Amino acid sequence: MILVTVGTQLPFDRFIRIVDEAAPSLGRTVFAQVGRGSYQPRNMEYAALIDPLKFDELIARTELIVSHAGIGTVVMAQKFRKPVILFPRRAALGEHRNDHQMATVAALEGRSGMYVARVAEELVALMKRPLDPPLTENEHPARDRLQRAIRDFIENDR
Amino acid sequence: MLLRPAFEGFDVHYATTLEGFAERERLTKVHVLPDANRHRPLRTIACAWTCWNVIRSIRPHYVVTTGALPGLTCGLIGRLFGARTIWVDSIANSERLSMSGTFAGRFAALSVTQWEHLAQDDSPAFHGALL
Repeated sequence: MILVTVGTQLPFDRFIRIVDEAAPSLGRTVFAQVGRGSYQPRNMEYAALIDPLKFDELIARTELIVSHAGIGTVVMAQKFRKPVILFPRRAALGEHRNDHQMATVAALEGRSGMYVARVAEELVALMKRPLDPPLTENEHPARDRLQRAIRDFIENDR
Repeated sequence: MLLRPAFEGFDVHYATTLEGFAERERLTKVHVLPDANRHRPLRTIACAWTCWNVIRSIRPHYVVTTGALPGLTCGLIGRLFGARTIWVDSIANSERLSMSGTFAGRFAALSVTQWEHLAQDDSPAFHGALL
């Protein structure tokens, strides 16, 4: 299964249309969380929003996540060790308030299990390819450091 | 949620815009806020009203947030009730600090960016990143 998501905040019709039009050629079932957009998919099952618990179940079962370049999805893909294709929103097309998703993909591109598509052709090509999941990481030194910094700040801030 | 281990041993309440978050994370002290952004003034007012009620009832010592507008609102209202704000700018902001983060920097007790190249001598600081 391929799980498609646009996050909880904004619709992303351009992205959903690309995936929907490619869906019949992918050879796998596709389920899409499409937000409150106006484009109605014809070739895949979809829901506007998915309850977080249900969403966890879907991610656990999916082989691939295809998503807007939202950090929430990136975190989930890492947690469940699933490959993720990120397709950034563009401010010029009214898809977000600024172009931070373009910066996000530039910053994350090349990390294990993360794939970036900036145009429709790249997105469709990536969805047809077998993609490796992220490598298993048991240590997160940068995360531990940030947690410790915040804890230390609170404990010493009296 | 990736910061959660930092708060072990403290009395922690979570505020989120996500319905169903409490069930997924198996948490009880969860407050759901209406989502808001600067283009949605009425939602912003609704969000601020909910933040006000939540913060007045729990009186936190610290508000820790990654933004954006709902997090900034909690930080500001927390400030009015004497809370100190810890702003962790979202890792999504890799080219410049977010607009809300820039504003929060003026009143936050601690302001951090998750990108080393965005850190400044005084603030925001860089102390690692969640991803």
